[in-house]
Amino acid sequence: MEYFVQQLINGLTLGAIYGLIAIGYTMVYGIIGMINFAHGEIFMIGAFTSLLTFLVLGAAGISWVPLALFLALAITMLLTPIYGWTLERVAYRPLRGSPRLAALITAIGMSIFLQNYVQLLQGARNKPMQPIIRGGFELMREGDFVVLLSYLQIFIILLTVGLMIVFTLIIHRTALGRAQRACEQDRGMAALVGINVDRTISLTFVMGAALASVAGFIFLINYGVIDFFIGFLAGIKAFTAAVLGGIGSLPGAMLGGFLIGLIEAFWSGYFTVEYKDVAAFGILVLVLIFRPTGLLGKPDIEKV
Amino acid sequence: MLSVSGVHTFYGNIEALRGVDVEVAEREIVTLIGANGAGKSTLLMTICGNPRATTGTITLNGEDITQRPTFEIVRMGVAQSPEGRRIFPRMTVEENLRMGAVTADPQYYDEDRARVFDLFPRLKERVEQRGGTLSGGEQQMLAIARALMSRPRLLLLDEPSLGLAPMVVKQIFEVIREINESQKMTVFLVEQNAFHALRLAHRGYVMVNGQITLTGSGDELLANPEVRAAYLEGGH
Repeated sequence: MEYFVQQLINGLTLGAIYGLIAIGYTMVYGIIGMINFAHGEIFMIGAFTSLLTFLVLGAAGISWVPLALFLALAITMLLTPIYGWTLERVAYRPLRGSPRLAALITAIGMSIFLQNYVQLLQGARNKPMQPIIRGGFELMREGDFVVLLSYLQIFIILLTVGLMIVFTLIIHRTALGRAQRACEQDRGMAALVGINVDRTISLTFVMGAALASVAGFIFLINYGVIDFFIGFLAGIKAFTAAVLGGIGSLPGAMLGGFLIGLIEAFWSGYFTVEYKDVAAFGILVLVLIFRPTGLLGKPDIEKV
Repeated sequence: MLSVSGVHTFYGNIEALRGVDVEVAEREIVTLIGANGAGKSTLLMTICGNPRATTGTITLNGEDITQRPTFEIVRMGVAQSPEGRRIFPRMTVEENLRMGAVTADPQYYDEDRARVFDLFPRLKERVEQRGGTLSGGEQQMLAIARALMSRPRLLLLDEPSLGLAPMVVKQIFEVIREINESQKMTVFLVEQNAFHALRLAHRGYVMVNGQITLTGSGDELLANPEVRAAYLEGGH
């Protein structure tokens, strides 16, 4: 039981990261029907931006932890989306209307480019960071085994859930969210009611990148080590999460993220750490065989 | 108000419009009739810039809009209820109306919403229902209502009578006349239902294979033997 609870906590933390990245995949897919394979790299750039911000804040002598966290998060969310915006503007927009394969290959190309860009600028070595949130609650104890809910994990889960709520409200309640849903459902008609479709798509990339950058921030403060290659596996996992939840579905992406995180954590805990990726992708295969649209995805049934 | 001159439009290699000239004056109701596939809907969409005219010019209030992006043309006061209705299927009736009002001043929203519910009481009953689950006739009403929500100066209607019961058709045509008179709205209407459309319109155009072949007042066209033979007596 104790062990189970500990893995549950770990899985939710990991799932928060996947869920935040998965939202970007699913939104971009929903609105322009392409898989933005460079999205994992945006997550990685978010982690680097956070690290650099922490270093600058440290040098500037800002050492009060809540303030440092807040500033680092805000600056990361502000700077990283510039990459998302540029990516769409430079690489994807000129290809709009061309075959899907062209956009897909471009996305993979951009992914490789961004990896190398960071490797060149920051070096290939691991970048460590001191933990900045320490301590936690002792939830349970059995013999030597202590179930620990760290302050860090509480912070991560609250931050993620908070962002997901804000984000869901934006999509459902604001004019921007309505414009995004309209573009997703019928881009031509959206333009016909006066929506600037290009701008809406740009903003979608910006929002997706902002959430991915938060995932990068969380990755950094949770694991304390980053390198230029972390975007690859996290990106693939988050993509899996988006497909598992039903690509195009926002709640699906969040659910899928948490599920993949939990599957990995439990598999690592009860079976073998080496095969945790196999477990995550295995579940994906099973879901796709029995529910091809994902858990919350709906096949389009519309009255014409 | 709207002037289309020498417009050619292509879909791939197919020339859908082959040199079209149409004039619509302020506060007029003008109708365009023609058989299926003549290019009527293409003309309405070309006016909104999607697809773009390959040659020729389209001006709105004297301003050349031929190369303008669709959303800018719409923001100049053009609204369209397009072919196929194109309701946002996973949005409620209310949200669809909000989408129609994207370019309008938000202060008029409640007033305009009440007005379209007055015109189409059926929509009021369905306000929380998703667009995709409405019947064809209800979707047609919603498409027109959505177009009205932007307070357009030029309203483009593509086959508003399509798929509707005769009673509803009559009602919709009355609505069009009403908004034209009371709100000084210019209407350009595409119809296969030539009889009703010509009776309603001040002037009309007949389109055959992407070209305008006839033009005149509604009554003249109604009396024209060619028009009668081709578009009226077969169907009614």
